[in-house]
Amino acid sequence: MSHLTPSADRRAADIAAFSRRHRFHWFEALPWLIAVAAYFMFPNYLALGSQILAIILFALSVDLVLGYAGIVTLGHAAFFGVGAYTAGILAANGWGEPISGLLAAAVAAACIGLASGWIILRTTGLTLLMQTLVVAAMLYELANKAYRFTGGADGLQGMSVWPIFGTFRFDMFGNTAYFYCLVVLFFGWLVVRNTVNSSFGRSLTGIRENVGRMHAIGAPVAQRRLVVYALSAALAGIAGALTAQTAQFVGLNVLNLERSGTILVMLIIGGIGRLYGAFIGVPLYMIAQDRFAEADPTYWYFWIGLAMVFIVVFLRGGIFGVVERLLARSRKQ
Amino acid sequence: MVSGKLLFALASVATLGSVTTASAQTIKIGWVNSYSGFLAQAGDQMEKGLNLYVKLHSKDLPPGVKVEFVRRDDTGAPEVGKRVAQELITRERVQMLMGVVASPVAAAIAPLTAEAKIPFVITNAGGVAIPRISPYVTRFSFTLWQTALPIGTWSVKQGWKRGFSAVADFIPGHDAEGAFIKGFTDAGGQMLGSVRFPPASADYAPFMQRIKDAKPDVAFVWVPAGPAATAIMKAIKDLGLREAGINIVSAHDLLPDEELPNIGAFGADIVTAGNYSTTGVRPANTAFLKAWDEEYKGKAIPNFTSVAAWDAAHAIFELIKTTKGKFTGDEAMKFFAAWKDPNSPRGPISIDPATRDMIQDIYIRRSEMKNGKLVNTDIETIKAVKDPWKELNPPK
Repeated sequence: MSHLTPSADRRAADIAAFSRRHRFHWFEALPWLIAVAAYFMFPNYLALGSQILAIILFALSVDLVLGYAGIVTLGHAAFFGVGAYTAGILAANGWGEPISGLLAAAVAAACIGLASGWIILRTTGLTLLMQTLVVAAMLYELANKAYRFTGGADGLQGMSVWPIFGTFRFDMFGNTAYFYCLVVLFFGWLVVRNTVNSSFGRSLTGIRENVGRMHAIGAPVAQRRLVVYALSAALAGIAGALTAQTAQFVGLNVLNLERSGTILVMLIIGGIGRLYGAFIGVPLYMIAQDRFAEADPTYWYFWIGLAMVFIVVFLRGGIFGVVERLLARSRKQ
Repeated sequence: MVSGKLLFALASVATLGSVTTASAQTIKIGWVNSYSGFLAQAGDQMEKGLNLYVKLHSKDLPPGVKVEFVRRDDTGAPEVGKRVAQELITRERVQMLMGVVASPVAAAIAPLTAEAKIPFVITNAGGVAIPRISPYVTRFSFTLWQTALPIGTWSVKQGWKRGFSAVADFIPGHDAEGAFIKGFTDAGGQMLGSVRFPPASADYAPFMQRIKDAKPDVAFVWVPAGPAATAIMKAIKDLGLREAGINIVSAHDLLPDEELPNIGAFGADIVTAGNYSTTGVRPANTAFLKAWDEEYKGKAIPNFTSVAAWDAAHAIFELIKTTKGKFTGDEAMKFFAAWKDPNSPRGPISIDPATRDMIQDIYIRRSEMKNGKLVNTDIETIKAVKDPWKELNPPK
């Protein structure tokens, strides 16, 4: 039987590799160093910067369900929007404390995630895709109709967000907003990182790769899918709340299909299921969009579309996919 | 990776194109307009009005002083408008904001101008309460209360006692509805009902059917000026509202001059109230139309939005001439508060210092076919109309 049991050396190496998986690598500090450096290098672009940081958190939440658990969704804006409106409506009605606003947004989005997930996660594939779309569309109409609370198509006017800890006021130049988003994103990233590296996270990958086998070994598949869906919803809700608080405004577009679609595009550009795809795809997309809109205010949508076509044709698997292919090729040589 | 390089090349070319060197005598004005989205056509009308004035009058500026318009697309969405306005203030360091088609966008931008203390010169967005949001807002267009209230009063004078209103469900629509009902009921009319539809809607039939079922004498129908006007006129035609004896009235947005060729003969004999019509007989209007036709070669028709942008550009250029290009936000606001122009293409206009809104003549116009073309012909002029809403709702 000796040919079936790996040698002691090989086993030790495997165990070492698995135990290293959770450790922090030096390159994981890179995004944070760049983010801090960007604060000093581009002081005029902090409003855009804080939006990018908030959307990275949103993309991370999508990566968690799509990249790790394999739940295909076209309706994640639902949770982003619920979070944004929760924080926004609180701030417009006399409770502008930002951190409790974030928590309230997370709870509200998680509740919607649990309730909708309990129903729609019974399906898979295209049916599930359609159901996620429907949930987002229903919430959009709800926000449109609830004029008294949301301001409908006019957007939520009159938000007043209090200073963080009563000290750091949200200024027009976005200094406070930038660091606020950065710190919240960091904690969100820690949560996602720990989740995907935990046994729970590994079982999610198992469910994605071979759901029959996960059933066979007795894993509670439905329950795990629901839990990760709610967790992802909470993170998306926090991202929405960040956007609402830093922009001091909420419009219907937080809930629309375009938002659900573009977040997928950004994630695909970076690379799905890699934890860092969001950190590459989101800044790339949003900076390109900002440049195009500035250079050609009339036809900037055209340039965005053209750039997308290029990426789809030439960058299969996203930027991370390309990097991995290149690394693999150089290793072979 | 070829494409990655290409993308970056594209992006950097785009960046280079927008890099500008500002000298001490260059006045930067942030121009926020709807280049895309459901109000893009109104945005185009406004753009043409501004461009024409700037082209003709840049030579009149004091020597060495230049005006640079930094243009941004708000897509008709308030959150985008607020973001681009913030970028114009913090990144481009503009001295003034100008433009804006959509009222929700203007309402979202206004609070920023209070914090930045820079003037915000609105050239369309008619939401009545917007100047109250910030002391740095002034407006060269109109409020829906200026146009919709008189048409309510006028309707009752025709003996039409039972009314109905149908409006787009956003700020100006709500204003239009409130103003029409006020004018109509104060004059002794009775409202049978009112309905609101989504602002970017394309299917008006169900809402027009509601009007038909209610059988009023007069229906006030309001949509934002542009293609929506033609679409809703088509729904009115298809459902036979006018054949059923229902008179249609509106503010000028239902029959904007540039949409008249698309609406055609069916649009004749509808009465609307507005502040400008191309048929207005005034020397200033004749000169304006002549310059317009020379520039746009007869391929475009100006409307009230184009004229508002023209008038606002005129006031700003006069401000620059008077101050030799050196002014603070407060000085500019003081200048605008005293602004008077007896020779606007739309007639005599001035800014009401108390409200920072226009005082202007409002024309009751009847549409008619003239030489095979649909036109709005002024039938009554109400002189020097102040915004009625602000008089009815004094600041607290």
